[in-house]
Amino acid sequence: MTPHRPYVTTDALQQAVDAALLLERPLLIKGEPGTGKTELAHDVARRLDAPLHTWHIKSTTRAQHGLYEYDAVSRLRDSQLGEARVADIGHYIVPGVLWDAFVAEQRAVVLIDEIDKADLEFPNDLLQELDRMSFHVHETRETISARHRPLIIITSNDEKELPDAFLRRCFFHYIDFPDRATLARIVEAHRPGVGPELLSAALEVFFDLREVPGIRKKPSTSELLDWLKLLVADDLPPEALAASDLRSALPHLHGALLKNEQDVHLFERLVFLNRRREAEARRR
Amino acid sequence: MLLGLLEALRRAGLPVGPGEWLVLLDGLSKGLGTLDVDRFHAFARLCLVKDASHYDRYDRAFSDWFAGRVSRFDELSASLARSIPSEWLDTPPELAELSDEQRAAVEAAGGWDELMRQLAERLAEQDAPHHGGSRWIGSGGTSPFGHGGHHPQGVRIGGDAPGTSRAVKVWEQRRYRDLDGEAQLDTRNLRVALRQLRRLASEGRPDLLDLDDTVRCTAAAGGLLDVKLRAERRNTVKVLLLIDVGGSMDAHARTCERLFSAARSEFRTLSLFYFHNCPYERVWPSAARRHEAALDTQELIRRHGSDHRLIIVGDASMSPYELSVPGGSVEHWNEEPGLVWLQRLQNAYPHCVWLNPQQQEYWAYTASVQRVHQQMQGRMQPLVPDGVARAVDVLKQPMRPVTPAD
Repeated sequence: MTPHRPYVTTDALQQAVDAALLLERPLLIKGEPGTGKTELAHDVARRLDAPLHTWHIKSTTRAQHGLYEYDAVSRLRDSQLGEARVADIGHYIVPGVLWDAFVAEQRAVVLIDEIDKADLEFPNDLLQELDRMSFHVHETRETISARHRPLIIITSNDEKELPDAFLRRCFFHYIDFPDRATLARIVEAHRPGVGPELLSAALEVFFDLREVPGIRKKPSTSELLDWLKLLVADDLPPEALAASDLRSALPHLHGALLKNEQDVHLFERLVFLNRRREAEARRR
Repeated sequence: MLLGLLEALRRAGLPVGPGEWLVLLDGLSKGLGTLDVDRFHAFARLCLVKDASHYDRYDRAFSDWFAGRVSRFDELSASLARSIPSEWLDTPPELAELSDEQRAAVEAAGGWDELMRQLAERLAEQDAPHHGGSRWIGSGGTSPFGHGGHHPQGVRIGGDAPGTSRAVKVWEQRRYRDLDGEAQLDTRNLRVALRQLRRLASEGRPDLLDLDDTVRCTAAAGGLLDVKLRAERRNTVKVLLLIDVGGSMDAHARTCERLFSAARSEFRTLSLFYFHNCPYERVWPSAARRHEAALDTQELIRRHGSDHRLIIVGDASMSPYELSVPGGSVEHWNEEPGLVWLQRLQNAYPHCVWLNPQQQEYWAYTASVQRVHQQMQGRMQPLVPDGVARAVDVLKQPMRPVTPAD
């Protein structure tokens, strides 16, 4: 399974997962990129000790793919080769992610990742299946029902709006950007090697950077973690970071934090303006 | 008792239906969200609100409803209900990003530097009373620095009303203000809005393999391969975009740029032209070279058929004479007044909307905005995500010619 990664939740998120488990409803998670939407499902599955079935959605994914697929091409080939198994259509039904989760021996966790990548109609096509937790296989005329209703976690990046009928069936939780204390806990969990001075100095720079007005892509948790990894690898003393005031220079190794050249330009301009202002103040 | 909350939420415009409500009751009966008001606030939000852009409205409605339960809560909720001009504190150095009203206020206060200096002073003064818990940046409304905002060091300004529980702070912070659909506009949510305006149709040569049909026909033919092809599905909507440039529109340049980049990536057939204040007999293909290259508006109408959707972007803030009197244009001698040309465009393009980057609250104060609004028969929408979504709804409707207003 997935490597063990510590995951720090907030009370509200914990409560949302509890509610989804107890009331057996899908949980829809949104939030800024890099706030750990996908990680949540991995963590929940690990804590429940349940198998995790992941369904990564792409723009070409259709709802049917999650249920089952009929492999007509194999059957055609087998029929032309005169194989005996061709008589039973059941051999050519390939179960999808939801099928696997429905027939699992214990309650499973299903992650439908980035549902907004799919076509606009995709969520509507899944309404019945998520509601009743069962579906019908036309080819074999059998009905697959969930033995244990799985916990379904859906993530979305808000690229497309989801239909109302779909939203009504879900619980919705928006993952906030973590505050300083939570973020410090997250960093400690992920990068235990970071010393307190470096962490505090880095968080200072990081939050200042997020506050820079007009920035297009705010750096998020995953970028902070990458940046810290670089800083540790670089063996930079925390004093150097603390001294680099955001108003006078770009932070060290800023490439890990600013992913957009417009942001870097904006930042350089702000730094320039600040320097000029300070120089004028000194002249007076 | 809880029904009051449902009513409060629906009054606030949140689409809460009986289904969600029953889920909430179901959860409460199973002991979810019942320990304290913090948990109830979070659990009710989980059940009832399905969109992060509604979180702010939910918080305000919840606080209103909760106000009736806790005495001495009224003052706090009153100060919450006001909008917070947080842009004052964190706007880039260019004043161009500010709205007209804010710019006027900044100038009245002695310009940007003066304002920032005052802010620093007040923050220094404020320290003691703030920690004492009194509400000195309260509902009085005379401070230019707003209510309940955050100052740059991240210390929350805004009072703890006496006698309220810890939970109140959760919704007092109004953290989700930025997510409100009326407020923020970026390329992504514009694209979501514009994407609704798509009409997929299969056009052109059939050159894509239709696998399902091929398999079915092959099976029907007893295993003999029967290849089926189909044409690619494309978005066939054609859009004609007219953008006002120069003068008062400079303040909205960034917004227009975002709208344009969203539209460019969503529509395959997009034509863009510029005008100043009001479309007259000429439009410009390029904003920078507008004195060199110009296109007759009649020619524009001839070249772009009536199946185009016309989107006009402009603040419609101009002299009333520009609209109603020949020769009223500020730039050149126009034979016919602006409204005549607007009517011609409307006749040529039954699908047309006007997007106004100026905030809707100020439309009523400008005569020309009123006049254009009237001419567009209500098809003027503010350039915010919700407004764009409403405009797209109009553009999606079947063709219906616009008749003269009077």
